[in-house]
Amino acid sequence: MKTNFLTQNNPIMLVVLLLLAISVGVQAGEWLSLEKDELHDPDSTAVKVLQQPASALGILPPDTAGNQVDWVRALREGYINPRSHLHDNVELEVLDTDILLKGTGDQPFVLFPHKAHTEWLDCSNCHEELFKSKAGATDIDMMSILQGEFCGRCHGAVSFPLTECDRCHSVPQVSSPLQGR
Amino acid sequence: MWHTGLRINIVCLFVLLTAIIPGRLSAEYADVILNKYADAAGMNPVLFPHWFHRIRFKCRVCHTELGFEMRAGANKVTMDKITEGEFCGACHDGETAWSTENCDLCHSAKNGIKSGIYGGHETGGPGRW
Repeated sequence: MKTNFLTQNNPIMLVVLLLLAISVGVQAGEWLSLEKDELHDPDSTAVKVLQQPASALGILPPDTAGNQVDWVRALREGYINPRSHLHDNVELEVLDTDILLKGTGDQPFVLFPHKAHTEWLDCSNCHEELFKSKAGATDIDMMSILQGEFCGRCHGAVSFPLTECDRCHSVPQVSSPLQGR
Repeated sequence: MWHTGLRINIVCLFVLLTAIIPGRLSAEYADVILNKYADAAGMNPVLFPHWFHRIRFKCRVCHTELGFEMRAGANKVTMDKITEGEFCGACHDGETAWSTENCDLCHSAKNGIKSGIYGGHETGGPGRW
C-alpha cells in the first residue's frame, strides 16, 4: 500500500527519500545554458547559435521532473504542434484504452494509459519487441525497468523518470488475499 | 522470494544512485551523445537534444520513419548515410533543417564523452554501470 511504502519506519527508506528530495530540488526549475551543460564544448560555435533550453522549455507547462516540462499537457493543450510524419503521410492512431497491471507486489497497481502514449508514438515503437500486444503476456519487473528495459526504455531517459513512482503506480490495491503477486 | 521491504530498499537505492551519479546532473534531460565514430575520426561527438526535436516532431517520426532504434547506440549512424538522406539527413538537408555543411552545430560535444543518453534522472541500472 502506498501509505505503508512511504511511512514505514525504515531508516534506509527515509535516507533515500531525503536524498531524492535534495537531488530533485537541485535540478528543479533550472535549465542550464548550453555552454554550462558539461556536454557541449564551450568553444563550439553551436553554443552561440543553437536555441537555449530555457527559451523553449520555460514557456511550456511546468513539471517537477525530467525537462521540467509536462510534455503530455504541452501537446494536448496546443503549446506545441509537433509533426506526426515526414514521409509516410499518416496521422497517429490514438488508442484510448487503459491497461491495469496487477503484478506489482504490495505496491499500488500500475495504470497504463494508451492515449498519452499513442499521441506521441507508433504502435510498433513498443509492440511487439518491448511488449507483446496481448495484455499480461509480457513478464515485466521493476529491476528490468530500472535497467532500461520495458517502460524504462523511455521512462528514465526521455519521458518522466522512475523517481515518479506514483504516476504509474496510481491505483491503490484493495485488501484481498487474491490480489498482488 | 525476497522480503518485500528489502526489495523496496534495493529498488529505491538504484533510483537514488542513478539520480545522483556525478556528472549527470548538468546535461539537459534526454540529451544523447553519439560518439561511435566521431572521436576516432577527429571530430567532436554529436549532441542530439531530444527536447528541441520533440517540440517539433513526435517520437514516431524518428523512431519509426527514420529507423532510429529505441535505444541509444543501437544504430550505426555514419556521415555517408546522413548525406544520402538517411537518419539525421532526412531533415538536415538544407531545406527542413540546416544542412550537413554546418558540421559544428551537431558535432558540438566535448571530446571523449561516451555514447549514450544523459540528463539528471537517467536510469542506467546495474547492468550498465
